[in-house]
Amino acid sequence: MNDTQYNYKVVRQFAVMTVIWGIVGMLVGVIIAAQLAWPALNFDIPFLTYGRLRPLHTNAVIFAFGGSALFATSYYAVQRTCHTRLFGGPLAAFTFWGWQLIIVLAAVTLPLGYTTGKEYAELEWPVDILIAVVWVAYAIVFFGTLATRKVKHIYVANWFFGAFILTVALLHIVNSIESPAGFLKSYSAYAGVQDAMVQWWYGHNAVGFFLTAGFLGMMYYFVPKQAGRPVYSYRLSIVHFWALIFTYMWAGPHHLHYTALPDWAQSLGMVFSLILLAPSWGGMINGIMTLSGAWHKLRTDPILKFLIVSLSFYGMSTFEGPMMSIKTVNALSHYTDWTVGHVHSGALGWVAMISIGSLYYLIPRLFGRAEMYSVKAITLHFWTTTIGIVLYIASMWIAGVMQGLMWRAVNEDGTLTYTFVESVKATYPYYVIRLTGGVLVLSGMFVMLWNVVKTIGAGKAVEATIPPVSAGSGFDAPAHAH
Amino acid sequence: MSDFVDGFWNLYIAGISIVSIIGCAVLLTMQHQKRIPGQAVGTTGHEWDEDLAEYNNALPKWWMWLFWITIVFALLYLALYPGLGTFKGMLGWSSTGQYKAEQASADTQYGPVFAKYGAMEIPAIAKDPQGRAMGERLFLTYCSQCHGSDARGAKGYPNLADGDWLYGGDPAVILASILDGRNGVMPPMGAAVGGPDGVKELANYVLSLSGSTHDAKLAEAGKAKFAVCAACHGPEAKGNPQLGAPNLTDKVWLYGGSLATISETIDKGRANRMPAHKDFLGPERSKILAAYVWGLSGTRVAPK
Repeated sequence: MNDTQYNYKVVRQFAVMTVIWGIVGMLVGVIIAAQLAWPALNFDIPFLTYGRLRPLHTNAVIFAFGGSALFATSYYAVQRTCHTRLFGGPLAAFTFWGWQLIIVLAAVTLPLGYTTGKEYAELEWPVDILIAVVWVAYAIVFFGTLATRKVKHIYVANWFFGAFILTVALLHIVNSIESPAGFLKSYSAYAGVQDAMVQWWYGHNAVGFFLTAGFLGMMYYFVPKQAGRPVYSYRLSIVHFWALIFTYMWAGPHHLHYTALPDWAQSLGMVFSLILLAPSWGGMINGIMTLSGAWHKLRTDPILKFLIVSLSFYGMSTFEGPMMSIKTVNALSHYTDWTVGHVHSGALGWVAMISIGSLYYLIPRLFGRAEMYSVKAITLHFWTTTIGIVLYIASMWIAGVMQGLMWRAVNEDGTLTYTFVESVKATYPYYVIRLTGGVLVLSGMFVMLWNVVKTIGAGKAVEATIPPVSAGSGFDAPAHAH
Repeated sequence: MSDFVDGFWNLYIAGISIVSIIGCAVLLTMQHQKRIPGQAVGTTGHEWDEDLAEYNNALPKWWMWLFWITIVFALLYLALYPGLGTFKGMLGWSSTGQYKAEQASADTQYGPVFAKYGAMEIPAIAKDPQGRAMGERLFLTYCSQCHGSDARGAKGYPNLADGDWLYGGDPAVILASILDGRNGVMPPMGAAVGGPDGVKELANYVLSLSGSTHDAKLAEAGKAKFAVCAACHGPEAKGNPQLGAPNLTDKVWLYGGSLATISETIDKGRANRMPAHKDFLGPERSKILAAYVWGLSGTRVAPK
């Protein structure tokens, strides 16, 4: 532990685990996709059934894969943009081991059927407590580093990381207030439609802060770095940051349109989800336009391809989302596979691709290399991922709209035209196409694993000396107007 | 019942919502800076990590318009629809209102068709091709989940197409089953008949009644214990439609006719529930369904 060096060890640990958990989480995703097409694959074994594996998939890809990516990149970015080593000494290591323990506990308890039944909050109360403890430690490490920074101004990526850390703490703690009734059993403090509201306030902000604000932080560091260009607009980052973190909080009710939730809450959820469109696109614009003057690099740099295509998917998803928040649209899309398609356009298109691109920048540097062992393999990974994602979302769009239309079709005599099972049968080919897309995405992750192993093998774990702060950026610089 | 326990919360919600939307507009306006044509855009002068910097380009015009449009839309929407506390919105729309309107419209459109069948007798509906077709579609939507799409049932769910009836095969009885539901309870008799041995004997006796394979000696012993069963199943074991107690002398089994299953039934009992559909489907749809189900069995008689 050396105050003149960055703490790369914890970054390395989280970065490598991101790839591992990505494979695990997506593999479970492929399994459950296969089970939807061929239910025999449930094998009548309880811990292998769809119902048990689905939350394992969601928790693994969001918290294990996404979480590790956020830890790795936020720890890397906050150190380097503050020109100071991570605060808190062994606390950072604690967050790593604590987070891995949480993941292992999830992998054990969820297939065994221990669940709160709350989406993306299925883990039972002992694990919830552990998450809160690790998260507080994370906050101390991150904000401690900001507090002890050598650079006067806080770089934009850190605003997003900071907002993500604070809000996730609030969301997790409030939504997980529960009364234990056994070692792995608890009852939520909330019930009925109030519970639904709290749950979807949490659920949508898990998307908005864990999966968006946090990854925007990642984007703001790695896109300008890889492009070698300044961020497009400081002004835009201010407006979209404050508007985004503020409006996202209101969006939850769009998960509860035409349910028992009061009309006024549904309306607020809808209009604020629409207002959210512009702040989201602010992030997309700022990222993509950073390539101004460097568009030619897209042709040859597969890392930039990952980063910029991820921002395109981000823009697409943050347009689709507000559209689906409109009650009339939602009346068709709710409960259909269109929602699943939308989720994965965001989760794979935006979250996975920005993480993968960032890791391809990060991992070589953590091991003393200029770039990954095989740049060609990055390109291969890019294409399998993009094609896989397109197959995934296109098939789910078609399936979703088809389901919505079939469910509402009525005959001249007022009877329903289709039984539910007929819509399931009609969805079958799209389940197979979606599975194909998912297999492509998963195969790309194996290519990445190979590339990472080769890169680590060819390099060695390095520590980086903290460079001096640029003139004019330290605390001793004279005050100036922007 | 009001969503708000007192007037404060109404103002709280409405106030914060309006302030928030206006706040977005204020934020947008404050950061808008007219771009002077020809002026090169510089960086903010801050630098991080050796080469990270930011330009200070103006907010893209089209993006600002997009933001303004959503803000204006939000204010318009909240003026027209409920959202600001207890304010009902200028259109007076409510979800229950929309639902009632859609129901009324459906009643106007489809009401006459259903009224026509509601006025007919069940055998007449069963003869009517359109009535049968409607009955089939209704059955597939509402009944097939338990009784199967071919109405031939499953373990624990009666076969409606075999001419065998637990409560009687009269159209009026079938209609009553649909309207009011059924609760078919066989109490657990294990203790009353003398434990596992008694159950075994009785099970063999029951099998003997339908001429199924059984152990004659055990059946003889079981016969002596049958009195306690006769209370529901009748002295001849022919069943009791008043109670829904099955006829034990035929080869129709709700849960299966193996020795093991019959033993389980005697020992642990059964609790069967057909939900009441009167409020959910209404009298006309129930009648059409009764006609469909009655028509499935036709003049078929249950296998002996």
